[in-house]
Amino acid sequence: MARGNYEPKRPAGYAGLLAVFVLFVIFLYGPMATIFILSFQGPEGGLTFPLQGLSLHWFYKLAEGLGVVDIGAALKRSLMLGLVVMSLTMFMAVLAGLAFRKKLRGGNALFYITVASLIMPSIIVSLGIGLQFRLLDGALKWVFEYLGMVSTLETFGTSLGLYTSALGAHLTWTLPFGLLIMFAVFNRFNPAYEEAARDLGATHWQTFKHVVFPLIAPSVVGVGMFGFTLSWDEIARTSQAIGDVNTLPLELQGLTSTVTNPAIYALGSITTLVSFVVIGVTMAVVKWLNQRRTT
Amino acid sequence: MSSQQNTASTAAPWRISAGWQATPYSLVFLLFFLIPLGLIVMVSFWEFNEYEMIPSFTWHSYLSIFEGCTQLNDYGDMCVTLKTYASTLRISVIVWLITLVLGFTVAYFLAFCVRTTSMQTMLFVLCTVPFWTSNVIRMISWIPLLGRNGLVNQTLVGAGLVDKPIEWLLFSEFSVVLAFVHLYTMFMIVPIFNSMMRIDRNLIEAATDNGASAWQTLWNVIIPLSRTGIIIGSIFVITIVMGDFVTIGVMGGQQIASVGKIIQVQTSFLQFPLAAANAVILLLVVLMIIWGLTRLVDIRKEL
Repeated sequence: MARGNYEPKRPAGYAGLLAVFVLFVIFLYGPMATIFILSFQGPEGGLTFPLQGLSLHWFYKLAEGLGVVDIGAALKRSLMLGLVVMSLTMFMAVLAGLAFRKKLRGGNALFYITVASLIMPSIIVSLGIGLQFRLLDGALKWVFEYLGMVSTLETFGTSLGLYTSALGAHLTWTLPFGLLIMFAVFNRFNPAYEEAARDLGATHWQTFKHVVFPLIAPSVVGVGMFGFTLSWDEIARTSQAIGDVNTLPLELQGLTSTVTNPAIYALGSITTLVSFVVIGVTMAVVKWLNQRRTT
Repeated sequence: MSSQQNTASTAAPWRISAGWQATPYSLVFLLFFLIPLGLIVMVSFWEFNEYEMIPSFTWHSYLSIFEGCTQLNDYGDMCVTLKTYASTLRISVIVWLITLVLGFTVAYFLAFCVRTTSMQTMLFVLCTVPFWTSNVIRMISWIPLLGRNGLVNQTLVGAGLVDKPIEWLLFSEFSVVLAFVHLYTMFMIVPIFNSMMRIDRNLIEAATDNGASAWQTLWNVIIPLSRTGIIIGSIFVITIVMGDFVTIGVMGGQQIASVGKIIQVQTSFLQFPLAAANAVILLLVVLMIIWGLTRLVDIRKEL
């Protein structure tokens, strides 16, 4: 109704605003399009225009590896870590979202911690986690020594790693987004459906499985997408909290100062493509779930 | 099975208390957020040498960070720490102003100029998709445009506007600010758009009916009602830029100092107590800024 009454004419300055918006979108996507085009640079071509023919030369170069960096291995590591972060983010955010619907002791504190984690400068989180695991290393070595576990002591390197410190660092970044999305979902959730299920004799688990979850499923998929893409591209929080092996974005960051040929653009195109595929798949799944729900 | 048992079993199984449901989530933040923060504060008071940290309680790290900061040096300059903070703050303020104006304008366009909801959603998603792609890629994508032989310089030289390529386009403060705006305007658009969508459209109509000009409506109705979004966006942008070291590193050609970069370098030299003390100071500065921003809201509400 409010919309129907809404002033029929365009607001003042419409043309100017439209121009700003169009320019902004070009500003957003233009540079990305440039490196996508330049990654097909011919073998003779350099980092800038003009294109010296079109080829897949730099993608082959990339597959051979850039200097000492094994791109394939880094890609696989980031993919696996992203999937683990995605699953954990979905699982934990949904559970916590459900908890916040009931009376949760310390819920306020948990909410403020969540917001704090979201806006905390990443270098601080990263430093803290790095420090924590280094202190843990010291403690572990002391314990091994005390217990006389000589062989363990000799082979022990560090507790810093992809699935320990880096995983934790990623979760401090993805979980707040997950929980805030769940808040938005449950704010609009009609509890009448649950009550109806309960009245018809469904158990708590049945109510969740057959009523609540199908209703929130599209949003949970969205939470998963946040989890994966944020982890896939994360640098700042991982930087000080990673052990001996790097994730793909960290390798990429290192390569920006050493690689001076279009292979780095090829790598950029591939990582961006992965992000776009994940976003596309998410949107398709959400659409499918929504359609299934309404039919 | 009697019906009574059945009732009992519907109530009991799978009923998990809120506390347990929130446990995995809470544990992550205890282990990877609260404890690390506590350790930073603790270690900032420790001693260190080339190989290891030594538990103790000393202000050495803090004192060495502010060494010589009580007065200007012989050349009339501030000490390194204050200078770094000043330059980081300056970049933050510039980026904040640009993203605020740009983000507000884009959000305004989306909220008030686009008529159908489906179009609105589509354009909103268009603005947010780059957020889910790699920041480093988005940074290096400026190289073919801004480099010495980049598209901008080629065009300018070709058109005869400049004699030789402009050097300050890339690996300069300009490119750092540009990259920040490119990466983080999204953090302004989303909360401001969200606030604007909650504004009752009748209020705008009422303002117009009472003879308010478009500017008056904007200034007296829309901006005050978008306040929450503006503050949230500002907090995001300022805290990100204040602690940044990746963007300043890559886009500044590793030549521009920032607080985050100092912490990163000290960590790589294993000077953990120094890095920790710097992190504590950065945290205090950021908290003060956030406190100031939230005060700004309250004061305006009271006036």
